[in-house]
Amino acid sequence: MLSLEDKLEMYRKMYLIRTFEERAEELYMEGKIWGTFHLYVGEEAVAVGACSALRPDDYITSTHRGHGHCIAKGADVNRMMAELFAKDTGYSHGLGGSMHIADVDKGNLGATGIVGSGIPIATGAALGCKLQKNNKVVLCFFGDGAANTGAFHESVNMAAAFRLPVVFVCENNMYAMSFSVKKAFAIADISERALGYGIPGAGVDGNNVLEMYEATQVAVERARRGEGPTFLEARTYRWKGHSKSDAQAYRTKEEVREWKEKCPIKFLGGHLKEEGVKEAELESIRKKVEAEIEEAVEFALKSPEPTLEEARRMVYV
Amino acid sequence: MSDREITYAEALREAMREEMRKDSRVFLFGEDIGIYGGAFGVTQGLIEEFGPERVIDTPISEIAIIGGATGAALVGMRPVAEIMFFDFMTIGSDQLVNQAAKIHFMFGGKAKVPMVVRSPAGSGTGAAGHHSGSLESWFAHIPGLKVVAPSTPYDAKGLLKSAIRDDNPVVFVEHKLLYKTKGQVPEEEYYIPIGEAEVKREGKEVTVVGYSIIVPRALEASQILAREGIEVEVIDIKSLRPLDTETIARSVKKTNRVLVGYEPPRFGGFGAEVAAWIAEELFDYLDAPVVRLGGEEMPPPYNPNLERKIVPQVEDIVREIKKLVG
Repeated sequence: MLSLEDKLEMYRKMYLIRTFEERAEELYMEGKIWGTFHLYVGEEAVAVGACSALRPDDYITSTHRGHGHCIAKGADVNRMMAELFAKDTGYSHGLGGSMHIADVDKGNLGATGIVGSGIPIATGAALGCKLQKNNKVVLCFFGDGAANTGAFHESVNMAAAFRLPVVFVCENNMYAMSFSVKKAFAIADISERALGYGIPGAGVDGNNVLEMYEATQVAVERARRGEGPTFLEARTYRWKGHSKSDAQAYRTKEEVREWKEKCPIKFLGGHLKEEGVKEAELESIRKKVEAEIEEAVEFALKSPEPTLEEARRMVYV
Repeated sequence: MSDREITYAEALREAMREEMRKDSRVFLFGEDIGIYGGAFGVTQGLIEEFGPERVIDTPISEIAIIGGATGAALVGMRPVAEIMFFDFMTIGSDQLVNQAAKIHFMFGGKAKVPMVVRSPAGSGTGAAGHHSGSLESWFAHIPGLKVVAPSTPYDAKGLLKSAIRDDNPVVFVEHKLLYKTKGQVPEEEYYIPIGEAEVKREGKEVTVVGYSIIVPRALEASQILAREGIEVEVIDIKSLRPLDTETIARSVKKTNRVLVGYEPPRFGGFGAEVAAWIAEELFDYLDAPVVRLGGEEMPPPYNPNLERKIVPQVEDIVREIKKLVG
């Protein structure tokens, strides 16, 4: 059962993700961050709901759209922002950038730039946990696009056959880059796939953090009991373009607007108010988060760059 | 030559458009190549002209893209597959290396696989470890594959048209930093043979052998060196396999000094093959050991300063050539 404190913490984390992403986008537009990244705005409830059902020492694997997972698993936004600024104080010393942030101490086994590539790694991590008998669970985030890779099929089957302690969370944000799920799949619900692997599967409202938490909780407990994986399809929507170079010709403004009305943060805010939380308290959380992000930007700006010598030392252990 | 100037990306698009208009067997196959126009905009506008039956958006399924192209080619189509980033070629490589490359041989010449796999390679955009790879050396190692890596819009158009016409599987390497570069490209049709190198600049003191992004960098370095009285000959090999060793040999016999430039890590890269060949066949003509100027031994870093430092730039070519002739 979630306490009010738990829910307020969920609200804080979701708003932290939102603010991190929006600030990062501004900084990119100002030319202070380079390269590209994939924003999680609109999908915050998936990461926060799912990660809230984990113990601190459980693992996650993330995706190219990974900032939200990272924050939900307890990352330090200073080090995340520093990574986007390609600084030595970043999680990957400025060598990995947005798509390769990992926070191994917190159980985040890393983002990846190759769609679907985290799924075998999550499966292997779950195998490692099973062999070590450490009672840990791995939560594997991936997108609807990844569900059509060969890596997905091989891994989910193996995890199911070996009854590995892993929870597969498919973030269905309706588009693999520009390709609509309606065109990419011949089935209506991706969660139907579970049947073919002999594991439980369920569709979840990915914009409802409470529903996301509850569904993940059930799946995590099952995994921890040694009963094997679960497949959750979290239905949500990506508010921003795929990356920083997306004209979004493949979807309508109307569709984006409709989904923005289903804002996951607004939803949780409404729920909290029904539970008696005052708007002033929520505002105070938001102000603190905004200040935290500004501090992260300052930290990143002040940090030194990595050197070539350091980079050379990173190639091998 | 026509004085019309277009970009490298536009030249590629024109090559595909011309071949698709002429040959109904040619179709495009890949991720986000339809309404999105490809991650780098190369196929923009083609779905409007040819429709979704010939410009086919696929799910994120590189094995099925390359394998699917192989199968379609096997039954008489001429697919042009796009793999969104060269790094993702590794995912579909089983189909390319074990199937497409070997089918003609393994089936005793009874079948052929006329297909092209186009893919953007190279670093310089801050895309880091999974989106900046230059793995062309891997594929150049495979008998049965051709590997083409043009450096100019003119070559891009003529070589892609030849690749589409070729009855063998062709890996077409497009450096991301070249897409927006402009050059003269005739509006009329022309084909550039795969396997013919070109002397892009004549010189008598030292030969630079390169392909793709290294060629414009070598030409820029040559201009700097010319002001100091060092005359550099620049050879664009254009295709790694087959390799035009004749053109290289002619140049080496004249200059007696060679630098081979390439972006991927220096160790085990394609430049090593060129250097070894020159050392074996032209040893008596060499006044100095062949220099390999390749990339650093590390994955592409995100940090922009480091990313620039780890691949050969104009100043690196200038420095190494000065050492070579000094």
